[in-house]
Formats: sequence, C-alpha cells, structure tokens
Amino acid sequence: MSLAVEVPWGLILALKTLVVLAVIPLGALILGYVFLLKMMSHMQSRLGPMDPGGYHGWFQLIGDGIKFLQKEDVMPDGADRRVFAMAPLVVVMSTFLVFAVIPAGPRLVVAELDVGIFYALAVSSLSVVGILMAGWASANKFALLGGLRAAGQLIAYELPLILGVVGVVIQAGTLDLQGIVLAQRDGEIFGWGGIGNPFILTQIVGFALFLVAAQAELTQTPFDMPVAESELVSGYMVEYTGFRFLFFFIGEFGTAFAFAALASTLFLGGWAIPGVDGTAADVLGPVVLLIKVMAVSFLIFWVRFTYPRLREDQLQAMAWKVLIPIALANIVVTGVLKVAF
Amino acid sequence: MTAYYQRYIAVAVLMGAAVLMVGAMLGLGRLIRPRRPQPEKYVTYEAGADPVTGFGQSNVRYYIYAFLFVLFDVEALFIFPWAVDLENLGVAPLVSMIVFIIVLALGLVYAWRKGVLRWA
Repeated sequence: MSLAVEVPWGLILALKTLVVLAVIPLGALILGYVFLLKMMSHMQSRLGPMDPGGYHGWFQLIGDGIKFLQKEDVMPDGADRRVFAMAPLVVVMSTFLVFAVIPAGPRLVVAELDVGIFYALAVSSLSVVGILMAGWASANKFALLGGLRAAGQLIAYELPLILGVVGVVIQAGTLDLQGIVLAQRDGEIFGWGGIGNPFILTQIVGFALFLVAAQAELTQTPFDMPVAESELVSGYMVEYTGFRFLFFFIGEFGTAFAFAALASTLFLGGWAIPGVDGTAADVLGPVVLLIKVMAVSFLIFWVRFTYPRLREDQLQAMAWKVLIPIALANIVVTGVLKVAF
Repeated sequence: MTAYYQRYIAVAVLMGAAVLMVGAMLGLGRLIRPRRPQPEKYVTYEAGADPVTGFGQSNVRYYIYAFLFVLFDVEALFIFPWAVDLENLGVAPLVSMIVFIIVLALGLVYAWRKGVLRWA
C-alpha cells in the first residue's frame, strides 16, 4: 500500500457502498436513456421520446421521473399487501448483491469473494422470487400468468448461463472475478501479450451462450413473454404504480448493466489494460469497463429492438434442445483442450 | 476480524443499502404523492373490462421442467469445483467428468424422446 495513513476498513466499505448506491440507479438511467429512449426511437421511428425539451427529447427521462414521483400509490383490494410491498425490494436487492463482486479496478470491488462468479449467478437468480411474489400477490390473472411465465423462463435459461461460464472458469482456474480479469490480462496469444488473452477468443461459444441466456434472464425481447404487453398487459408488474413500478425498472436495467459488466469481465478482459498498473489502472479501469459495458449493452438492446417475441414453447425448446447441449459440449471440449495443452 | 468475514459483511451491508434506497424513495414519494381513494381505483386491472371472478384455472406446464432444472443445477454444482482445479487434476478426473456429463446428457435425451420437452 502506498498510502501513508491506514484508512479504516469500515470507511472504505462505506465509501464503496455509496458508490454502488450511485452506480445502480445511474447505470439503469444511462441504459434507459441511451438505448431504450434514443436508440429505440431511431431504430423504430418513434416520435414521442424524441420530442420533450427540444433537442433529441433530452427532457423525456426527467419528465418520467417527475411523473413516477407524483403518482398515487395504488394497491388492489385483493392483494396480499405485505408480499405485494416486499416484491420490488427483493428484485432491487438481487441487483445490489450482483454488484458486490464486479471489479472495476485493481482495488475497486466491494467484496472480493473467492466464489465470485458463482455467487453473482446465484444472487442474480434471486429476482425470480421477487417476480413470483409480485405475480402472486397482485391477485390479478395477468400478473399471475406473467409471474409463472417468468419463473419457467428464468429457470430454463439459468442453466445455459451457468454452464456457459464453466469454460471460462476452466481456463482461468479460479471463480474469483478479479482473478479472471488478471488471468486475461497476463495471458498471451501464442506468446504475444499485447492485448492479453481475452477469453472471447477461445470461449466464443461460451460468450454467445452467455449473451443469449442473459437476454432471457433480463426478459428482453425476443424473450419478453413474462411482460408481453400485447397479451398480458404488463405481466407481473401490471398492478404496480409510481415508485414501486420504478423499482422493477431499476431492477431490470440495473441487472442489464450488471450482466453486461459480468460479460465484459468474463470474456472481454474487464477493467484491465495490459501494461497499465497501480494508480493509473485504478483511474482508467472504471472507464475501460464502462466502454465495454456500453458495447455489450448495445448488443443486448440491438437484439431487443430487432426481433419479434418467441412463443412460450419455442422458448423452452430453445433452452433445452439447443443451448444446454451446446453448453455441455463446450465444457467437454474446453476441459479436454485444457488438459491436453 | 479476518479479511474473509469482512468480505461477507460487505455483502450484508449492500443488502442494507438496497433496503435503505427503497425505503428512502418510498418515503420521499409518500411526502409528495397525492392520496384520493376511490373504490374504482382498487379494482383489479384487466385492461379496462370489469374483472371476471377470481383466479381462473391455469395449466402450469412447467413443473416437469422444474425437475429437469434441479437435475442440471446440481450437476453445475459438481462441475464448478472440478473446473476450478482442472489444471492440476489431470486426465483421470477429466475422463470421470466426461462420463458424468454423458450420463446426464443421456437423461436429457431420454426426456426428449419421451416427449417431455414438447408442449403437450
């Protein structure tokens, strides 16, 4: 440590927690603004979000915020009140917990857990519980159907997501996300270490699996049956208004941000720049990670705005008959190559 | 206090932060938002039409997927520790894991042929 004064551990933790508290809503807003409002408007010729405030509709997001703030809090008569109120909290909490292990620099990680990626995938699936709670407690047929669809979809795509990551774990030899970043930074491509060895080169199949499964986990189109507007009104969120609805939005886009960060960390080299170390890496790391997050998010939302919705049975067939066999084959091939070389 | 526990305390603190954010935003909303109760507002929303009965009957077709999910999720649990240390384990554990994966893949093929994965 180059610091002359030993900073108390509690203070560092408090600062890091504040950063996460700022990053999650901010990340959700950035993705919502850049992709949901602007990119979608350009790609689908939507005029509404381009209008408020004049230039490119910059006021739209602020206007939405004000609208959420002064909306009446409505809870339907038949609702299970306590579960109804808890559901958004569970979803947001799952997003917060994923952010705990994502490293943005050599020292910029809230909790450097040994089981990093395993933990991240585990807590990210907690949101299913929140979604089921919301669907059940709303006492609404559409909400219940949406909640059940979400549960069926999320457990089906949980597996390709987990199994797609195993290839990276085999190559890096660690579950710790910081270790995975360093393994890529210090790696070499046939003896040349100019860009390290980002695992996308050797794990391109795993990357594709991860992105497809993440698309489904985030319930983005073409996997958006749980919230299908044209069939289920808005699925499990149909009875939520105001800030409670906003929490589901933050949960969805915050988790999109987190998954893009996970994909960048696992496959694209994370925050690291080969050859840059120490304080410079502390400063540049978050910037590099943000650029990669935006690039991966662009892919996710590009697909979202381009493809129509799959049918429920097509969705299940896709996971069980295509993605899981590919993921298993990928594990075997990666394992054999790792031991052979 | 060891570094090990510090990391998990950090996770607990983040859970607290989530509660704090949700609580603060809902508290702020409570101060600002209007409250004008009318019975119609608390009726179940069904896209404008009056709601019909309570819960309808719905066929939950996913339960069989849930069984398969548990099977493969436990498999993933076994694969991770193996994957972490594969470099030092060598050939024999690799072969055993391949056999294990093939057995599970056979289970998937069996379910597939039985028509479990079809929307029946």
